[in-house]
Amino acid sequence: MTTTSNDPYAATESQTSQGKVYTVTGQDWDSVVTGVAEDHDDKIVVNMGPQHPSTHGVLRLILELEGETVTEARCGIGYLHTGIEKTMEYRTWVQGVTLCTRMDYLGNLAYEAAYCLGVERLLDIEDQIPEKANVMRVLLLELNRIGSHLVAIATGGMEIGALTVMTIGFRERELVLGLLELITGLRMNNAFIRPGGVSQDMPAGALDEIRDFVALMKKRLPEYADLCNANPIFKARLVDVGHLDLAGCMALGITGPVLRSTGYPWDLRKNQPYCGYEDYDFEVCTWDTADSYGRFRIRLNEMWESLKIIEQCVERLAGLEGAPVMIGDKKIAWPSQLSIGSDGMGNSLDHIRHIMGESMEALIHHFKLVTEGFRVPAGQAYVPIESPRGELGAHVVSDGGTRPYRAHFRDPSFTNLQATSVMSEGGMIADVIVAIASIDPVMGGVDR
Amino acid sequence: MTDEPDQKSADDAAPEKSQLAQREGGTQDASLDAVEAHTADTREVIGERRGMFGTQDAGDTSGYGGLRRTVTLPGATPPPYGPSAGSGGPGWMDDVAASLARVTREQGLESSVEKVVVHRGEITFFIRRQDLPAVARLLRDDEALRFEFCAGVSGVHYPGDTGRELHAVYHLLSMTHNRRIRLEVTCPDSDPHIPSVVATYPTNDWHERETFDFFGIVFDGHPGLTRIEMPDDWPGHPQRKDYPLGGIPVEYKGGTVPPPDQRRAYS
Repeated sequence: MTTTSNDPYAATESQTSQGKVYTVTGQDWDSVVTGVAEDHDDKIVVNMGPQHPSTHGVLRLILELEGETVTEARCGIGYLHTGIEKTMEYRTWVQGVTLCTRMDYLGNLAYEAAYCLGVERLLDIEDQIPEKANVMRVLLLELNRIGSHLVAIATGGMEIGALTVMTIGFRERELVLGLLELITGLRMNNAFIRPGGVSQDMPAGALDEIRDFVALMKKRLPEYADLCNANPIFKARLVDVGHLDLAGCMALGITGPVLRSTGYPWDLRKNQPYCGYEDYDFEVCTWDTADSYGRFRIRLNEMWESLKIIEQCVERLAGLEGAPVMIGDKKIAWPSQLSIGSDGMGNSLDHIRHIMGESMEALIHHFKLVTEGFRVPAGQAYVPIESPRGELGAHVVSDGGTRPYRAHFRDPSFTNLQATSVMSEGGMIADVIVAIASIDPVMGGVDR
Repeated sequence: MTDEPDQKSADDAAPEKSQLAQREGGTQDASLDAVEAHTADTREVIGERRGMFGTQDAGDTSGYGGLRRTVTLPGATPPPYGPSAGSGGPGWMDDVAASLARVTREQGLESSVEKVVVHRGEITFFIRRQDLPAVARLLRDDEALRFEFCAGVSGVHYPGDTGRELHAVYHLLSMTHNRRIRLEVTCPDSDPHIPSVVATYPTNDWHERETFDFFGIVFDGHPGLTRIEMPDDWPGHPQRKDYPLGGIPVEYKGGTVPPPDQRRAYS
């Protein structure tokens, strides 16, 4: 493109070998409209994004239009690529958690869990993870799932103009973030699930807060159903939009709510349980319409199932007061303990006393683990878990060193986004937005 | 702690293997010794680790600078693969291996499986690279195998694995039988070509583009193998081990930001 203007943000038009190019910024519509009318070419290629409020993140859509009908749709991704997988190769195994939690910023605890399960499999300590750590993992994963589904519904609603859905979605998500902050210390990027367990015990009073949250959500979730389920405008926008049947899902590797909207009850929490999911009572939610509306209903129903799991977690945690949350092996378990002192949270004085005054061994372990980290036997592992968006797999490779030799994440958003073309070609341009919202890609996970 | 990684796994595997030998009425001690000797011999050497603390440039004050240790990956596992547990049902790895051997024999692809590695309860089939598309098609279509779902491809670069530096790793899932296997295909740095499996698993379209982008593996037969995460005109393939971390100037709207080590500093 050849722009000669001094203002790089100004609306411009230029002639290229491919035809006339208009840069639309939302101010000089007249020149565009008259220009297009003059050319009266029946085909227009529209570049939508990567900075666009309706593309669900920094996603670039390249749409070929005939009138308002989309004849071809392609995705351009990579605008949020930050090289997390490369960076992980330069940090220790424990530090890897801090990096991979920044991939999919809505379902981040699933990334921590998948990565840690992979490292634990390579260490061959899968059976030694304390029960309380597993229950806390399940609790956090399900809270995270509710938060993620709330954002999916909220932003999906906003993109079709249902602003109330957005405001109430974020209102409830705030409660989830509050709970995550109470338990892990951070609202997002928690880095709480660690190889060998979780980083801290449940804080005092957390179980009561969670019980209150569950009670409140049981009052609030019906509001979504009342607002959307039978709403004629909502249904007109969602029903039969973004259709993808089971064969299409299989070919394109689509998982999560999109796959379950075809009626196939595939959920790794049930089919290939991890973290002890086999001990919880919940249902796999399906719908049989294979469209955006079905995916919305599945997300809504899954939040109810997550609440059920959370209630069971709280019940178990009440009976596990004081139980360990980190593996007993002192050559793997993170040594540093935190506690609340008079000046806020900091290193536990008991732990400092132990390593400085009582045990030389403990001091050596602390020093070695914090500076160098532990070694992981050579080999590779692939651990898939059911993230809010589908199968999230961590492919972890070790060469026997203190840092991951390679860590690759099979991201469900990345894979599911491939369905954009098949879901939106032949439909209206307004339906592209709905179809993508029903996939619910998180660009942080897509680009990593 | 993990200086001898196979010690523990061999101990763990021992009771299973002896049980299996007993079940088959074999002489368990002799077969067990053979298994252990075999595993130790076939560990794949991919490099050498020097020193203790990862420093090469500074003077050696630790006294460990002369330490030399070979880096090895788990080697080939001889059948039977044992009473593998998990969601696939008992002994499913042997079932899959037998079915794969049967269908490849029927197609005249007997030598397509180079070796089989069972490690940490996961089974890996190393496939000869020219046979990958045919084997993938068989794995998907045969009733006893039915791996209808592919979780993409992940590249790994082993610069020390001479002649097979680049590995492409495919994770397949059979939802029908609830089993997972891994396929691994290698190619040399000098000839980084692997046939594409997009014709069998369309989901691998973007995954192969990503692996091409990051490792430079050219997937022959891919419908449009272009970069996906990095900009189209990016030089090099960032996830390769010889590609440095950081130190890259960033260009945005004509202006450039120098790499961190070349920025103005006040120290």
